[in-house]
Amino acid sequence: MEEYLTDQLKTQEYFLNMGPQHPATHGVLRLLLKLDGEIIRNVDMDLGYIHRSIEKMCERDTYKQIIHLTDRLDYLSSHINNEAVCLLVEKALNIEVTDRIKVIRTMMDELTRISSHVLWWGVMGMDIGALTTFMYGFREREMINDIFEETCGARLTMNYNVIGGLRYDLHENFVKRVKDFIKHFKKKLPEYDKLLSNNVIFRKRLEGIGYISKEDAVAYGLNGPTARGSGVSCDIRKIHPYSAYDRVDFEEITFPEGDSYARYKVRIQEMHQSLSILEQLVDKIPEGEYKVKTKAVIKLPEGDYLQRVESARGDFGVYVKSDGQKFPYRVKFRSPGFANLTALNKMSEGLKIADLVAILSTIDIVVPDIDR
Amino acid sequence: MILNIFTDIHNKLLEHMSGGAAHITELILIAAAYLGIFAILGLLLVWLERRVAGFFQLRLGPNRVGPFGLFQTIADALKLVSKELTGTVKADSMLYRTAPYFVITTALMALSLIPFSHEIQAFDINIGVFFLISVSSVGVLGIFLAGWASNNKYSLIGGMRTGIQMISYELSVGMAIVTMTVLAGTLQISEIIEIQKDGWLIWKGHIPAIIAFMIFMIAGTAESNRTPFDLVEAESELGAGFHTEYSGMNFAYYFLAEFVNMFIIASVAVILFFGGWLSPFGITDTIPFAGLFWFTVKVIGVIFIFMWFRWTFPRFRIDQLLTLEWKYLLPVNMVNIVLMALIVWLGLTL
Repeated sequence: MEEYLTDQLKTQEYFLNMGPQHPATHGVLRLLLKLDGEIIRNVDMDLGYIHRSIEKMCERDTYKQIIHLTDRLDYLSSHINNEAVCLLVEKALNIEVTDRIKVIRTMMDELTRISSHVLWWGVMGMDIGALTTFMYGFREREMINDIFEETCGARLTMNYNVIGGLRYDLHENFVKRVKDFIKHFKKKLPEYDKLLSNNVIFRKRLEGIGYISKEDAVAYGLNGPTARGSGVSCDIRKIHPYSAYDRVDFEEITFPEGDSYARYKVRIQEMHQSLSILEQLVDKIPEGEYKVKTKAVIKLPEGDYLQRVESARGDFGVYVKSDGQKFPYRVKFRSPGFANLTALNKMSEGLKIADLVAILSTIDIVVPDIDR
Repeated sequence: MILNIFTDIHNKLLEHMSGGAAHITELILIAAAYLGIFAILGLLLVWLERRVAGFFQLRLGPNRVGPFGLFQTIADALKLVSKELTGTVKADSMLYRTAPYFVITTALMALSLIPFSHEIQAFDINIGVFFLISVSSVGVLGIFLAGWASNNKYSLIGGMRTGIQMISYELSVGMAIVTMTVLAGTLQISEIIEIQKDGWLIWKGHIPAIIAFMIFMIAGTAESNRTPFDLVEAESELGAGFHTEYSGMNFAYYFLAEFVNMFIIASVAVILFFGGWLSPFGITDTIPFAGLFWFTVKVIGVIFIFMWFRWTFPRFRIDQLLTLEWKYLLPVNMVNIVLMALIVWLGLTL
């Protein structure tokens, strides 16, 4: 009977242009959808709308200047991006930084991660239709931004890392403010679960939707919370510990389900873990120099260098090929968002437009990070 | 005393013209008054929504223009009036231009049935509730046509979603109302309220009435296209949905009609379940126009619940929406009607 009906009632597939200006694409991403009614048959991703040739610009900048460009990649984890370049240069030149620098960097990383995840949580709710979550997310983000502003002088593109240390020492209020934040956020995180995670509609919208198996996740090169939602263990903080991550106690969060809700849970649990890392470190910031002396002109010896860090979105890599000059010969940023986005078509096959929006949200893309 | 104003106007008109002409003039006056009520209601509700949203979202909402920001929506309306009416070249221009009037006319027609107090009701016919259901179902056409005529894929998807959603939930709204009319025994709105003098219907009908109220609230939210049923204009999916191509006043018609429709749904809930303009325990029933106060208080209470829904819940997906209606609400509703009939038949009402 059903076959007969589909024979008789031929539906026509059509194209729908989602973006570059569209509320669900979080920036200037264009999705070309092939639809059958509301059912998605194919998703074509058209990238490059905010390509700023950052990698090429890096070739004419000194290593100190490159740090500032990395802010503009994934602007929600700007501190972590900065750190990647600093770590790379420090490793190449064998600069040993003090424990104080390592601990402060780690704390800033985790604050960045929480602020990024909190924003993601707000936007996630908004994409599903619960507009209030956005404001709740921003309440916590404001507190973190205030901490950043006090210590680094900026709220978004902080440029706090320099080669061999940090730009300024910690502000005297830093410890108190972080403690306040930990206390505040500990109370608010269960509220997030009450408002969104345990909502029946919300769970129905995410559970079993946007499935990607562990094998596929590896094959597509997924990373970060997106891959960990499919049970892939890929936390760079655990695999190649950097800064102070080898001395703090935290769990790598993985969920085996591979659906949108698993990816959601990973990020929520990661916030708990980040909070615990902050708690472990906040009372144990060692005394010492906040900056190690480096040469005025930094030249990397000839060779290839790679540094991976775990940004809020996943495995962020900086690859530098140096020919011994003060400018790098070639710079390549391995952005986590790009790899994650490629799996969108696989995840959303046969689902509805509303599901695509939810999946896009659980992948947590930042378009400037993808386009560079 | 205030009641006499209406008879005074009637007598004054009769002095100057014949009976028929006076009748028509009165109708025009009433229509003009209702247009005014429509606009004021719309603007007030938009203001209320923004304040309530602010309350839920840790912010203030409009508070600069006028007392408590009351004039903010008026300023916004003036902006919309002064805007250019754009349209798409390949749109079906006849349908495109008439579509907003379907929505606004039906909303106005439904509004004429609402008794604001014992004295203020423009149109009280013996099939009032039935008329209300039928009129509000025509409003769907406006949204449907807008989606079709805009010649925009987002509008079309929005329009189609409306068609599916409204037709489905129309059933639940209608059957919840039928359940209550079984108890009330009449379709005339003024009579339904008179019956409740010795107790509101939600009290009299106890269990089935409470079930009917819950179904009515869910289906009513869907009927007025509000979250969690706002798939029609799901902004994260469809931009603005069916009114993507509308600007200026054409958009404002949809916007106002949406809020007035919410008011109508809330009013029907108040009429059917909470005794309309009747005061609790009849404390002010003898004072003229006191009903206006009680009616407003009750309606705002129900509207607040709608707004609470909107700023708390995420949105359904289209297939979940249909599952909820056809697999849960409708069967429950059918059983509920039988239950109510049994209760009325056996005289088990309170």
